[in-house]
Formats: sequence, C-alpha cells, structure tokens
Amino acid sequence: MITLYPKRLFKAPLDAQCITPDIFSEKSVSKIAELQIWEGNRKRNLNQLFKIEYNTKNQSKEMTIQILGDARKVRRIGAKMSSGKIIIDGDAGMHLGEEMQGGTIVVTGRAGSWTGCMMKKGLIQIKGDAGDYIGAAYRGSSHGMNGGKIVVHGNAGNEVGCFMRSGLIRIDGNVGQFVGIHMRNGTITVQGSSKGRDGAQMNGGKIVVCGHTPSILPTFTIDSIKPKVKINGEDVKGPFYKFAGDLAEGGNGKLFVSQIQNPHLKFYEKYLE
Amino acid sequence: MTQLIVKNGFVYDPLNRVDGEKMDLAISDGKIVGKVDEKKANAIDASGMIVMPGGVDIHCHIAGAEVNTGRLLRPEDHFRDVEAKTAITRSGVGYSVPSTFTTGYRYAKMGYTTIMNPSMPPLEARHTHEELDDTPMVDKASYPLLGDWWFVLEYLRDGMIKECATHVAWIMVATKGYAIKIVNPGGLEAWGFGQNVRNIDDPVPRFNITPKEIIRGLCKVNKLLHMPHTIHVHTNNLGKAGNYATALDTMKCVENLASEDKPVIHITHCQFSAFKGSNWRTLTSGAEEIAKYVNHHRHVTLDLGQVVFTDTTTMTADGPFQYGLYQLTSNKWVNHDVETETSSGIVPFRYRRKSYVHAIQWSIGLELALLVKDPWRIYLTTDHPNAAPFITYPRIISWLMSRNARDLTMKRISKRARHKSLLPSIKREYSFYEIAIVTRAGQAKSLNLTQKGHLGIGADADIAIYNINPELVDPSRKHKAVRKAFENTAYTIKNGEIVAKDGKIVKPVRGKTFWVNPQLSSPIEVADDMKRRFREYWTVEYENYSIPEGFLTASAPISVKAEV
Repeated sequence: MITLYPKRLFKAPLDAQCITPDIFSEKSVSKIAELQIWEGNRKRNLNQLFKIEYNTKNQSKEMTIQILGDARKVRRIGAKMSSGKIIIDGDAGMHLGEEMQGGTIVVTGRAGSWTGCMMKKGLIQIKGDAGDYIGAAYRGSSHGMNGGKIVVHGNAGNEVGCFMRSGLIRIDGNVGQFVGIHMRNGTITVQGSSKGRDGAQMNGGKIVVCGHTPSILPTFTIDSIKPKVKINGEDVKGPFYKFAGDLAEGGNGKLFVSQIQNPHLKFYEKYLE
Repeated sequence: MTQLIVKNGFVYDPLNRVDGEKMDLAISDGKIVGKVDEKKANAIDASGMIVMPGGVDIHCHIAGAEVNTGRLLRPEDHFRDVEAKTAITRSGVGYSVPSTFTTGYRYAKMGYTTIMNPSMPPLEARHTHEELDDTPMVDKASYPLLGDWWFVLEYLRDGMIKECATHVAWIMVATKGYAIKIVNPGGLEAWGFGQNVRNIDDPVPRFNITPKEIIRGLCKVNKLLHMPHTIHVHTNNLGKAGNYATALDTMKCVENLASEDKPVIHITHCQFSAFKGSNWRTLTSGAEEIAKYVNHHRHVTLDLGQVVFTDTTTMTADGPFQYGLYQLTSNKWVNHDVETETSSGIVPFRYRRKSYVHAIQWSIGLELALLVKDPWRIYLTTDHPNAAPFITYPRIISWLMSRNARDLTMKRISKRARHKSLLPSIKREYSFYEIAIVTRAGQAKSLNLTQKGHLGIGADADIAIYNINPELVDPSRKHKAVRKAFENTAYTIKNGEIVAKDGKIVKPVRGKTFWVNPQLSSPIEVADDMKRRFREYWTVEYENYSIPEGFLTASAPISVKAEV
C-alpha cells in the first residue's frame, strides 16, 4: 500500500491522472516520487505535492493507494485504472475514475462532478455527496458510462448518467434535475427524490425514483402500475408507476416512480383504464 | 538570398515528365533555378529518398464559418488529440476538424503546400479569409458558392450570360474567390423552404430554372471569364442511392461546351455521387459506369472523396443531404441558411468497417481511382473532413499502390460488401509517378496554378522529400513502409526554406492567398437596382460586402483576361 498525504491546501487544480495502481505498480519508489503533475500551469513532481509513505515493497497491479487528507482540488484520480484499489479518506476532486476499466475507488467524503464519466468497468463508492454528471459522457460525446457500478450514499447533482450505455448507478440520497438524460441503456436507482425532468431524451434503460418527483415529462406515457421493480436481482418494493419514453425520440426507456410518494401523479391512473 | 541544393534524390515531376530520375535541384530566392553556386548554397542530401513537388489539395474544408461551427460542435473530437505548444509552434487540437494552426502544421508535415478551401458562402467570406490567414505553412484559396445565389439564378433564367459573367466577376473580386463552386444546384435554394430538387431537369421552385440550366450557364460564364479552374460541382442527389445517373447527367449536360480536349467541369468527391441501387439495402457501386464515361470523355475531371473507416465530421453546403444524414444517425446536427446565397449542415459521422453501406462507399472510392485510366483527371482527396480527415492520405496512397494493402482491409469489412465489391477483380497498382500526379501535379494542372505542382525552372520551390527508396522498396509488398514514409516528410521545403523536418515543424511560415481578378473590357459596375436589393435582402449592406485587398495578409491576385 502507498499512502499519499497532501503537503498543503491546494488552491489551483491538480491534474493527477498518474495516481493509479497501473502506473504506480510499474515504477520504482524513486520514479513514483518523480511522476509529473500539473498544478495550475506549473509542472511539479508528485513528492513536491504529497508526502509519500510506502508500506510495502511488493507492488502489484492489485495494490492499494490511499490518499489521506483534502484532495478536493485533485482531479482525474484513478483515470483509466484497470485494477487495484484507491481509497480517498476525505474529499475527491472532479473526473474521479474517468474512463476507469476495473478496480475499486472508495471516497469517504464528497466527490466532485464527472465522477466515473465514460467508465467501462469497476466500482466507485462515494460515502458522501457527489457533484453533477455522475457516469456521464465527455462534453459533446454520446458515449457515457458503459459498464461498472457507481454507488453514492449521499446526494448527487444534475444529469446523473447522461448518455449512459450500460452499468448501474445507485444514489441513496436525492438527485437534481435530468437524471438519466439521453440514456441509452443501463440502470439508475434513486432512493431519495428527484428534482424532475427524469429521463429526458432517453431511448433505453431503466430509471427508478423511490421518492418524490415534481412531474413527468409530457413525452412519457404511463404503461402500468408495478408492485415492485427488480434491480440486479434484488427486489425494490413499490408500488411504482411505470412510464415509457422518451416518445419524442421513439425511445423505449422505462421510468419507475413511487406511487405512494407522488400522489400528484394520480391523474395518470385514469389513462390505464 | 537563400540558396539550397537538394542532392541525389529520386525526382518525380510528372508535369516535366521526370519519372524517378536521380538528379539535383537548385533553389534560389524561393524559386527553382538551373544552377546555384555550390559553395554558398546549403545542401540537403536526399540520396535514397523521393523528391516530389509540394502537395496540392484541390478540395478540403479547412476554414470558414461552417468549419468553425464544426469545431464548436465537437469537443469530444478534440480532447483525445491535443498538440502542445512548442518554442516555435502554437498549441492546437485535431482530429477531424483541427484548429487553423494545427491544420497548417499537419499539412506541412505530410508535404502539402497548397490547399483549396472549396466552400465559402460569399456572405461568410470575411470570416473564411480571417481563418485562412491564420492557417500557416500553406498557400490557399477559396471557392465561393454560386450555384444557388439569387442573382445568378435570375440572370441565367433570363438568358443573360454576359451580365451574369460580369456579376460573377464582381463576386470573385468582392469575396476574393478562386473558382465557381456549385453545390446541389437549385436544391439549396429549395431547401430554404424545406424542399429539394430530384434531378437535373427538376425546376427550382419559384425560379423557373432547372439545375441543368444553372450548371450549363455557369460553365459558359466560367469560359467567358477564362477562370483558371473549371466549375467545381457537387452534384444533385449527393449521398442518395441511385445517384450515379445524376452524376452522369451532370457530366453529359456540358459535353457540347467542351473544346480542344480541355476539361470544363470538375465533379468533386465523386465517391458520394456514384451510388447504384434503389435504396440502402440494394446499394452497389456505380464506379464502373462513371469511370467508363470519364475514360471516353476528356471534358471531365474528378476527385475521389475516399472514405476511411474512422470517426469524422461531415460538413457541406448541401443542407438537405445533411438533414438526411441526421435522420440516419440521429446524431447532433447543425443546419444553417445563409440568407439568399446557400445553406449548410454539419453532422458527426463514423464510418464502420462492418457496415454494408460504409464498406461499399470505401470500395467505390478506390474503384474510381483504379478504373479511371488517366491519372491526370482523378485526384486524391477525402473531401476533408467529410469522408475522412486529411491526415489519412498516406493510408489511401498505400491502398492505391498495393493490392495487398487493399486485400488486408477487404478481409475486415462487411462480408456482403466484400462479395459485391469490384476491387478483387482490379489488379492495377499506382506507381510513385502516378501518385505524384494524383496528389500534386494533376491538381495543380486542373487549378491552372502554373507555379505549383512541378519542379521546372521558375516554379515555386515547394518541395516534399519522403524517406523511401523506390529502388529498394516494392510498394506493393511493403505498403506499411510507404504509408509511414508519406505520413511525415524527411524535409518539406516551402518557398525555398526548410519548414518541416522528420515530422517536426522547424520554421513556421505564412502562405499566400490566391484569388482571381478578372479583367473585363469595362470596369466592373454594380447596378443601382442591385444595390437596392442588397439593402432589401441582405443583413450586410452592399458598401460593407466587398473585402478590400488589404484585408488579406498575403494577397496573391491572379489576373485573367475575360471576354466580357
């Protein structure tokens, strides 16, 4: 295990895509200290920014990297990693686990926006809140999260799972607007409530909102009322209104919204008769 | 006064009929000369290397409002292809719609020194020239879009060819243009109202003129003005199954305007106009029919628009065609109406090996290149970025030069397309001499750029030196070596200076902007009636419309004596 302690409070953003088990395992101890990181517009070595503690001499791809301290400004931690584990004891910056291909990332604090964007495999676990665009695509691209799992125990921001193609996102808290926007496939579950416009332009996949949502987009149509929904083999108890959409795109995505938490959606029931 | 000698290279200079001869080239003051003082001149040892004139690209979208909108549309295209700043070059991004500086650098690294930007809505000319000014390393020019310009349509409808010629001469000077570009004649005007034209005899709504009359009219205008290039035509029905018939009709309609074996029409990105069949499922290649026609008629030149399997951005002035693509891909789409002049559209697109249609398109391009016998009348382009970005040229060169390279790609494409393709039956392989024709000499000849595309005495000293030995390397078997050699030059010389070496820019330079200045018998005057209509129909007033020559940083007007 390698532990990194930030030497000071970072003010400028750090581009730290070199902090991954894949890169660390290939390098000797002294070479790791010399890895380059941009701090704002300055090029620095890893050991200028972090105190590095080596707890083992055997490095393998399955190694663990721990960051203890405030990493709010540290971006792209674990980018493209394919195995091993990164534990961030504190907050993490933007683009955490970008294009991740395997392994595990655990954040005990909060995570920034774009967490797990374009990821293909692996697990990201956020114990606190997360920012916007969780598991999204790069700006302009239509290839979002394409496998793997993201679990956020707190709340998440807007556009969770934008252009998602496969995989699972679970948010235990609440989400902002546009959860599952442009979604093509995969599953998003929200235990808390949503701020609305769920599944805009989705044409595949499944979104489950267990809490309150202000309204359903007019391009969705009610399909039925289901007593429960199955997610990854587990049953989530309902009952749920099941909507189909986004019909403006000819989509066949499924949107499940809790019946009990949303009495204002009762008028849809008359269309089921 | 800089002097250079390029020594012992294998020189390919088709315009002067030099085919791989070992010889020295002397350069003085940016021109090729007969002799320089060997003691004073710097020498480049090109032994074991190929020396060709600097590449000329007749058709590639590198600047203008449309290209710039393409850049804005595609951040995901840029972020994986970033060029860092160096001590002498600027930073930039690729891939399919590179930033202006990166465009210039990448062309220079491939040995290209003259680039034609083929679609400039006259209203956006100012923007286009600003971007061209910022495209370093290459000389360039731009073709204004005239096939749907209201006044042109009105003049041609009324049969006023001479008045139309005067008007076109004014546009060339006002927009600093180089050739008459016609895109989907009549169709773009119709597209402004959500319609299109179906074939070259289908009248344009509200104008009572057919695309055929537009093409013939502008062809006559082109002859009257003695423009250096022919009319540059993007056919009707582009990108639709069965459109090879339209392409043939377009070539046939100007057959009787040709004289002295000189070309009068250039059909651009012909691959997109050579589809046979009634729908996408029954699509096959119409390359054979087109090649047969071109082989028997000397008034046509073509460029390829070769597809390479990659992710790219399509952008044309052909609004209705782009709308069709948008419906096909349900990708993002930009649609634009340029007032009374033209339209445009942009859709990101990925050509996939395993897609039947895309694989057939790939095959059509190569079939055209190999079936047209005369390399002087077919040019290598990808219609950058429509069929592929220009950095894929080396790949296409290796396909043209090697049957093995074609077979290797053939194995990986859609099975159905492989069975329908004509390529397995074609044995022809290009030689280095023919490659020099299709990538520079032929294009320079077609554009009538007398200083470019050859290495005769008096020509501009634009030279590309590729590190490959034609005596030792058999391009048919060593196609990878060919591809690698054409990706980065050993030396690129622009105006007598070494600007790129071993794939690195060593000296950034500025290129000239060519434009045509027709000399009429009386000075060009614009009627008061027209000025009034400018006020009524355009957002830009007549007084502000023309670009003064001083606006171009390095203006290079070409005077032509017109017959009107």
